[in-house]
Amino acid sequence: MREQATKRGSEEQTNKAAAEALRPEAIRKDFPALGQTVHGRPLVYLDNAATTQRPLAVIEAIRGFYLRDNANVHRGSYDLSHRATEAYEAARARTARFLNAAEPAEIIFTRNATEAINLAAFSWSERFLGPGDAILLTEMEHHSNLVPWQMAARRAGARLLFVPVTGPEGLLDMDRVQALLRPPVKLFAFTHVSNALGTINPAAELCRLARQRGIVTLVDAAQSAGHMPLDVRELGCDFLALSGHKLCGPTGIGALYAKRELLEAMPPWQTGGEMIDQVTLDQSSWAPPPHKFEAGTPNIAGAVGLGAAVDYLERIGRERVFRHELELTAYALDRLKEVKGLRLFGPKTAPPHAGAISFCFETIHAHDVVTFVDRLGVALRGGHHCAQPLMRKLGVPATARASFYLYNTRQEADALVEALQETRRFFGA
Amino acid sequence: MLDDLNDLYQQVILDHSRNPRHFGKLPEATHSAQGRNPLCGDELTLYLKINDGRVEAVSFEGSGCAISRASASLLTETLQGRPVEEVRGLFEEMHKLVTHGRSEKPLPEKLAVFAGVHKFPSRVKCAILPWHTALAALDNRKEPITTE
Ligand SMILES: Cc1ncc(COP(=O)(O)O)c(C=O)c1O
Repeated sequence: MREQATKRGSEEQTNKAAAEALRPEAIRKDFPALGQTVHGRPLVYLDNAATTQRPLAVIEAIRGFYLRDNANVHRGSYDLSHRATEAYEAARARTARFLNAAEPAEIIFTRNATEAINLAAFSWSERFLGPGDAILLTEMEHHSNLVPWQMAARRAGARLLFVPVTGPEGLLDMDRVQALLRPPVKLFAFTHVSNALGTINPAAELCRLARQRGIVTLVDAAQSAGHMPLDVRELGCDFLALSGHKLCGPTGIGALYAKRELLEAMPPWQTGGEMIDQVTLDQSSWAPPPHKFEAGTPNIAGAVGLGAAVDYLERIGRERVFRHELELTAYALDRLKEVKGLRLFGPKTAPPHAGAISFCFETIHAHDVVTFVDRLGVALRGGHHCAQPLMRKLGVPATARASFYLYNTRQEADALVEALQETRRFFGA
Repeated sequence: MLDDLNDLYQQVILDHSRNPRHFGKLPEATHSAQGRNPLCGDELTLYLKINDGRVEAVSFEGSGCAISRASASLLTETLQGRPVEEVRGLFEEMHKLVTHGRSEKPLPEKLAVFAGVHKFPSRVKCAILPWHTALAALDNRKEPITTE
């Protein structure tokens, strides 16, 4: 009885914490890198879509691993190797839970989202893609979710089709999705959140439409995984790719989620040690997933860091992170309208606008904007954001982009607006 | 740090970037090349008309940041009428200027405005791209050259 009551009590507490708005000022204390000055000004870090900063919990987890638990995994039968293996596999289990995968074996560790997509594009296509088939993508894909499919299509004699992006608001043309999701399309790969436009795509709806027609789905979650609640079973996707460094984790570690049946059926990608069952001089058989897809010594400390990152985000609550980012984005979108001559891309409201805001001045090149505001302490990204086809469609050579995360504040959004006003005055736009 | 910005974006540079000289195609060109800076999307095509070992006419077109446009515009003014054999030497001195803030041998005075670039390592490529492209044009290279 008493136990139950306590349990209910603590659940309520959790719910109350979840309902509370996130306080970025408190969260910033967890991120030592945010406290610095650049060019004599407080750093306003707004390039989170490229990579986020890391909290102390992640830095300490990696340090702790190297200080105490370092050995190779799945090899030694001594205590230290056990501990390293346990730490590595625990990170897999935490990542699986983070995504609500059915089991840890559905998580393959990779270097990043790019490698995760390359793995899927190679192995799935080897087994399931043939001449005359098609892969459906969208016009807003990052090069990482385009080029691997170009290569796979070329190998298989298949072709690529694209869902158009409509207007400067940058939404997917849903009527065209309906029309395109049919034979010869075998797989539909799309980004959950566009890094160049900030658009949140209706991922669950897209997966449902594809599934109804027997089409396999891959969700590029590089920009969403650390920013909003994400549940692969609720989404109903077959594959999902993410990068650790875009969600508080270290660089050099990412993950591919894939349904077990697919992993069983797909041939390995890279081959060598760690991924085999039996090897003779002439041939080999494979270990079961996930090891079949992890050739060679993996990034063990990176996985440990990723595990610490997902724990950190779960402790804060992704629902709260998401709400904070949407509020901050809505605020920034509103304030950016004050800046004369600034053209904003992507959806007009948040949601469906996530925390990456792309913009450009009619008469000042994005690269000049980025250089100028950097001297005022504001870190922005300028360029084509690895989405050259999309930039061509928008008719601009480059945009500047500000992207928020859980630790960014309204004051920082204000600092951005101020810096852009100063840029405009300086260049006389 | 605002001084650095004023050094980088000198009035001459802003003026040339807004009103580039010799902008457009050159129908009688004997040499041309394309240059790209994939990182920021600068793209330009440089045209040269070489006659008797001299740059008789020069022009450029394309899009880019203020630094690359101004650099291209000032390059056209610098090369106009010059012996072809001087171009490589100019390139090398210009390279020293934008990476170290000073050239070894004297450069035409108007190029001195690019000395401020060296405090902005990410912008060196923008300033030097038109000069790379000029060398490629003299070789009549078909493949676009990039700064990456
Ligand atoms: C939408 C999207 N997909 C994929 C990637 C690739 O991520 P990574 O470079 O970590 O592999 C990025 C990174 O910018 C991205 O924004």
